[in-house]
Amino acid sequence: MATLVKDERISSDNWQSLEGGAQRWLSVGEDGFVADFPQHADLIAPLALLKVRGKELFARAGRSGAVLEPHEDPAALAAMLERLSLIAIRFPKFGDGRGYSIARLLRERYGYRGELRAIGDVLRDQLLFMKRSGFDSFSLREDQDPDEALAAFGELSEQYQASNTQPQPLFRRRPHEVRAA
Amino acid sequence: MYLYDEIDQRIVDERVAQFRDQTRRFLAGKLSEEEFRALRLRNGLYIQKHAPMLRIAIPYGILASRQLRKLAHIARTWDRGYGHFSTRQNLQLNWPKLEDVPEILAELATVQMHAIQTSGNCVRNITTDHFAGVAPDEVVDSLVWSEILRQWSTFHPEFTYLPRKFKIAISGSPADRAATGVHDIGLLALKNGAGETGFRVLVGGGLGRTPMVGFVIREFLPWRHLLTYIEAILRVYNRYGRRDNIHKARIKILVKERGPEAFRAEVDAEWAHLENGPAMLTESEVERVSARFTRPQYETLSDEPLQTKGTGPGFISWRSRNVHPHRVPGYAAVTLSLKKTGVPPGDLTADQMDAVADLTDRYSFGELRVTHEQNLVLADVRQRDLHALWIEARGLGLATPNIGLLTNIIACPGGDFCSLANARSIPIAEAIQRRFDDLDYVFDIGELDLNISGCMNACGHHHVGHIGILGVDKNGEEWYQVEVGGSQTRVPGAPAALGRVVGPSFSADEVPDAIERLIEVYLEQRDSDAERFIDVVHRIGVAPFKERVYGNTGQRRENLERQLAVA
Repeated sequence: MATLVKDERISSDNWQSLEGGAQRWLSVGEDGFVADFPQHADLIAPLALLKVRGKELFARAGRSGAVLEPHEDPAALAAMLERLSLIAIRFPKFGDGRGYSIARLLRERYGYRGELRAIGDVLRDQLLFMKRSGFDSFSLREDQDPDEALAAFGELSEQYQASNTQPQPLFRRRPHEVRAA
Repeated sequence: MYLYDEIDQRIVDERVAQFRDQTRRFLAGKLSEEEFRALRLRNGLYIQKHAPMLRIAIPYGILASRQLRKLAHIARTWDRGYGHFSTRQNLQLNWPKLEDVPEILAELATVQMHAIQTSGNCVRNITTDHFAGVAPDEVVDSLVWSEILRQWSTFHPEFTYLPRKFKIAISGSPADRAATGVHDIGLLALKNGAGETGFRVLVGGGLGRTPMVGFVIREFLPWRHLLTYIEAILRVYNRYGRRDNIHKARIKILVKERGPEAFRAEVDAEWAHLENGPAMLTESEVERVSARFTRPQYETLSDEPLQTKGTGPGFISWRSRNVHPHRVPGYAAVTLSLKKTGVPPGDLTADQMDAVADLTDRYSFGELRVTHEQNLVLADVRQRDLHALWIEARGLGLATPNIGLLTNIIACPGGDFCSLANARSIPIAEAIQRRFDDLDYVFDIGELDLNISGCMNACGHHHVGHIGILGVDKNGEEWYQVEVGGSQTRVPGAPAALGRVVGPSFSADEVPDAIERLIEVYLEQRDSDAERFIDVVHRIGVAPFKERVYGNTGQRRENLERQLAVA
């Protein structure tokens, strides 16, 4: 089971994914009905399912979340952000950096304030950049040592650019007279 | 040069600690080869043919003498006593041990140096004009802007895992000695009618296996928007650049697939959201960065007439090729040639480094530059010291008077070192230098850029050489393809030009003959001494060169037979 790190702490995960057997949620079964969603569970749905059955999902008592693949446009979620408590962005490989831009867009352009989770090939050495891009939770790949992973957040204490964790770039914050190194 | 403040220093120090830990985890088996590869490349560490190769960043080519001494110390202590200056103004060490690299980085950090982002799929070292700040034709001093870009690109969280490497070059002069036309982003600084500084922005240029000249995405970008606009370009690239095929992953392919106009529209749509955001530059930041640059305290001098009396022809040749104009009266910029015949282009021993550091202190305010032509420049030399400097440089083997000439060959390390190479570059460079060992003849040929790459990754920038040579592999044998007509700077109607292949490739032995024949055609065809090789190629086309090189039927048959034999 993948460890979840949330707000820089090891955390439990109550979300259930609707990704497995997506057909079940999208097509009519042998009984002539489309399966109902569990009413009380916290459920994460892929974008395709949200587009078709989002209304039903949001009407339940449980919380709702979305999974975004790196080729999918975060603008597709813009209209439903208020209803989403979690957005998970998949990293198919740790070297695929599209998710960083998607995270910044969700936070900075669309104003998403809920939980933003990195899923997939999520490794210790990318956590700090993910955090700066707007992620606050990380579903670590199974082989990752959770305690070592937590150390990643403190490795670089300052940054030059504006980012999600630091909306002002260093040049707008830097004291005018900093001592020479 | 830019002096770090304590924040800049802390960022570099923390990176050393971070990399030390990454190396420790790799050696302890906690990081896979593939995962560590991505991390070590971001710190310039390759695993090469014989040993690891460490590429040390020399941001925009500026080095202080104390830094060069540190490089000499490192080369002596952890390597084999020499280093190689690359075409991207960096320094490469060919023999460090992997487990020593954290220690080397810690040493570098003590003189405000690092190896950050010298490789990997991220924004690489920013390159610029090696005469920045001193060139009389300069409109804007590009050093300040280069440092602003260096800081912005360092550990940019969003753009650390791009589809492919990303190279930005900036020029402050219309002469464009930074080759802005053949970079992922090229910035040519200029002033508008109102005297405001801005940049002509080119995008999608590059060499490699699909060479392309960039297109002008913006004619004049006001300086305040430099970072926001580049962020917009990079965001479009990061989201839509191809990741399915490493050979199609550079931004030039995205620009080509989308079409320049559609690409521009996408960037503009993105920029509309970023334009006036927090990354918009401020006057106080430009002033702050500018104030942290040390500047030479020039004496009030006047230009001196060329010393000829009692100096001899050697000095006069050197004076005409290796000494360059300076904006301050009485001063000159001097190139120390790293292209002596028999020495691999761009190589410098640790002892030479120490000696150059001393020259730099005595003759040029303690600062030097690395050029993308793999030479060194002392940018602020008093004209009256030129003769004394020449004597000392000659003693070090660094006064070959060949800057801008055929024997100033630009070459990658090639098959002798690099595991990507198809063929060796260094012996070809040497064979050509030996063929053209008559200095008078080389002077008569005049300005000519000759570039050699050992494979199509084009680290020797062969596409933009007036003559370009590319090593190719045919059934395990080294062959060489020859191009003519490339130019890294403006040609009529374009910001740069790519060479065209003259015909079937040559064996290593045949290359000097082929080059000699190209030169013969040029000398016969030129209008006057003022018409350069590149001008003649553009005037008469490739055909006459091709005819001469392959015209001899006996030679052609021999060539064909040899090629059939290996095919």
